[in-house]
Amino acid sequence: MSSETGKILTTDGIPLEVSLKKAERKNKIKAFLLVAPLLLFLLITYIFPIGDMLMRSVDDKMVTEMLPKTFKSMENWDGNEMPPEEVFEAFYLDFQKLVEEKRDGKLSTQLNYTKNGFKSILKKLRRKAKNFEEGNYKEQIMAVHKRWADVEYWRAIKRRAPAFTSAKYLKGMDMYKNEEGEIVSVEEDRRIHRVLWLRTLEIAFFVTLLCFLMAYPIAHLLATLPMKYSNLLMICVLLPFWTSLLVRTASWMILLQQQGVVNDFFVMIGLVADDNRPEMMYNKTGTYVAMTQILLPFMVLPLYSVMKTISPSLMRAGKSLGGTPFVTFWKVYFPLTIPGIGAGCLLVFILAIGYYITPALVGGASGTLISNQIAFHMKSTLDWSFASAMGLMLLAGVLAIYWVYNKLVGIDNIKLG
Amino acid sequence: MSKNQEFVKFDKVDKSYDGKVLVVKDLNLDIAEGEFITMLGPSGSGKTTCLMMLAGFETPTNGEIFLDKNPISNIPPHKRGIGMVFQNYALFPHMTVYENLAFPLKVRKINKEDIDKKVDKALSMVSLSGFENRMPGQLSGGQQQRVAVARALVFDPQVVLMDEPLGALDKNLRESMQYEIKHIHESIGVTVVYVTHDQSEALTMSNRIAVFNDGKVQQLSSPDKLYEEPVNSFVAEFIGENNTFAGEVINFQKDQCKVKLSNGSEIIANPISVSSNGDRTTVSLRPERALINTKNKMDNNFKGKIEEVIYHGDHTRVRIDLLGNKEFILKVPNSSANMDIKMGNEINVSWNSHDARALDPK
Repeated sequence: MSSETGKILTTDGIPLEVSLKKAERKNKIKAFLLVAPLLLFLLITYIFPIGDMLMRSVDDKMVTEMLPKTFKSMENWDGNEMPPEEVFEAFYLDFQKLVEEKRDGKLSTQLNYTKNGFKSILKKLRRKAKNFEEGNYKEQIMAVHKRWADVEYWRAIKRRAPAFTSAKYLKGMDMYKNEEGEIVSVEEDRRIHRVLWLRTLEIAFFVTLLCFLMAYPIAHLLATLPMKYSNLLMICVLLPFWTSLLVRTASWMILLQQQGVVNDFFVMIGLVADDNRPEMMYNKTGTYVAMTQILLPFMVLPLYSVMKTISPSLMRAGKSLGGTPFVTFWKVYFPLTIPGIGAGCLLVFILAIGYYITPALVGGASGTLISNQIAFHMKSTLDWSFASAMGLMLLAGVLAIYWVYNKLVGIDNIKLG
Repeated sequence: MSKNQEFVKFDKVDKSYDGKVLVVKDLNLDIAEGEFITMLGPSGSGKTTCLMMLAGFETPTNGEIFLDKNPISNIPPHKRGIGMVFQNYALFPHMTVYENLAFPLKVRKINKEDIDKKVDKALSMVSLSGFENRMPGQLSGGQQQRVAVARALVFDPQVVLMDEPLGALDKNLRESMQYEIKHIHESIGVTVVYVTHDQSEALTMSNRIAVFNDGKVQQLSSPDKLYEEPVNSFVAEFIGENNTFAGEVINFQKDQCKVKLSNGSEIIANPISVSSNGDRTTVSLRPERALINTKNKMDNNFKGKIEEVIYHGDHTRVRIDLLGNKEFILKVPNSSANMDIKMGNEINVSWNSHDARALDPK
């Protein structure tokens, strides 16, 4: 018997595992070929750009490449006292090369980011360096300007030696590395990003909450109404999906503006005075209203799909056993909808946290989100590395939420439909 | 203590869902305390609707339902104190067996110790002790069913309703559950209203059976009476097997009548729902009441040709072409005396006129 050897053989004497693999191989190849287009598409359009963004956000090769000899010679310098002669010589050689290639301007900009005051002394060095004699560069450079004799400036150069930096991430949180290399916050009146992060979280949270409060009854109605009515209601829920996002946002602008439909109505019924129309747009209110409406279907659908599977006899059983309608709802129905609530909330929250068009159009100054700031850096300041860093921070935030959610509810309990 | 004969009372109850069709028509039904009554009927006959009205999930369109002499139409389901077992068990899937059973007790604010005691008792009643911490999904169909029964009984309701509770079980399990439910009923004496479309289930379990058709109770009586003495051709047809002859009454007497069949032959029958000569009728005869080649003296004797023989082990079913009815079925016990039953043979078939019931025409 083949079991003596521990290996099971087929009738032809080939080990069963080998035979099985052979038989399955064709199917596996087929399956892979079917997935291949999507895989390729994802690689090219998703994985690769995200990787590129990640690189960009930490990339600080520019200075590293401009001063290769300097950084090499600095390796043995501890940074406490003035660097030795060889560092000065290396710096002089690097700098002369940059001047020849007319790239010294870029260097001065970059170094100035690290420490103010580099621009002028580099300019001066460039002028004087033409007449430098060979040897003893330390004294010659220190003679150009007193700052060249200040060890702080040499430390600042050394700080730019690594090819990678976390500066952009720190900037995204309104922090920076000071000259001592400590991470500190920027002055209070310049902290713009933290406010935006908090506001993004706040708006995403409340939009999720509002969506949940509105979607739950709708989804319940959808799941319990007879087919012909529920289909009609379903179309009403889905109708916004079939309208362009821009059109929907624009129509909210028409409704919410000061001379808009909603304000006109309030004035007409005497709720507000004509000369005291409330501002409902270009602020948080506008963002809340428009985003809640736009994201509502993402909450309704997962809830609906879960509620649809809950047998109506469960509610009846609860009532026949003596539970009041509320107790029955709370103890029986509600716990069974948690997978749908989880899915809906996660979906809406993640969508809301990165929402762009709607806050950009109706948000004004107090209703914009972090994504608008990212777009601003992508399009206006062209600081792509900063935009990438913030984009990745957003991504990390979403993954963190996903992780927390998984710990609390368990991702297997999610039901998207 | 004398038992209340009108513990549950349906009084002239009508029910319509759409205002056009009556699903339940003029239902009058008294259920005695401690009785096991079954509502039996084909689907759409209104039996489940009656149950739902009693449970409080539907309101009667007209009439009133009384529970222990109190009208209950305006009492919401959760205050009626009626236990219910659903067709698909309706166990709460997110609660353990213990929590499922404790639910009706918790909402009644019973203290923890009493809950434990009652749950224990209910579980041992359905022989599921030790299953407290299982989830319903980890139980087999039969076990889930027993939990559902225990849950419906754990809070000592006055009445327990069962809506086709065994419909989802396989045949063997269904039969053993029938006995189990029957024994539980006998041991605790609760009033049970049971709905099913399975006649054998109804016959084995009930004290009385209400046969529903077309929104009406066709017959309400004990299982044996229902089988032996159906009052109309629907009941005769629905309960058990049945041979029928359509014909016209030609000689009506008080306890006997002659019926002329369409092929011209005449049979003697027991007049049930015919009252005079010339009435159209359907004569109903149970297969086991007709005998072949018997030496007993019977007042109906005819010759028939065997069309088909189906072997069933302990008995043989024989289809005979008799008096123009090609579907006449006989059940012949498997004994050495009956070895000449072969297809194509002619045999003598006899029955007593008392067993041939002349009912309403179909």
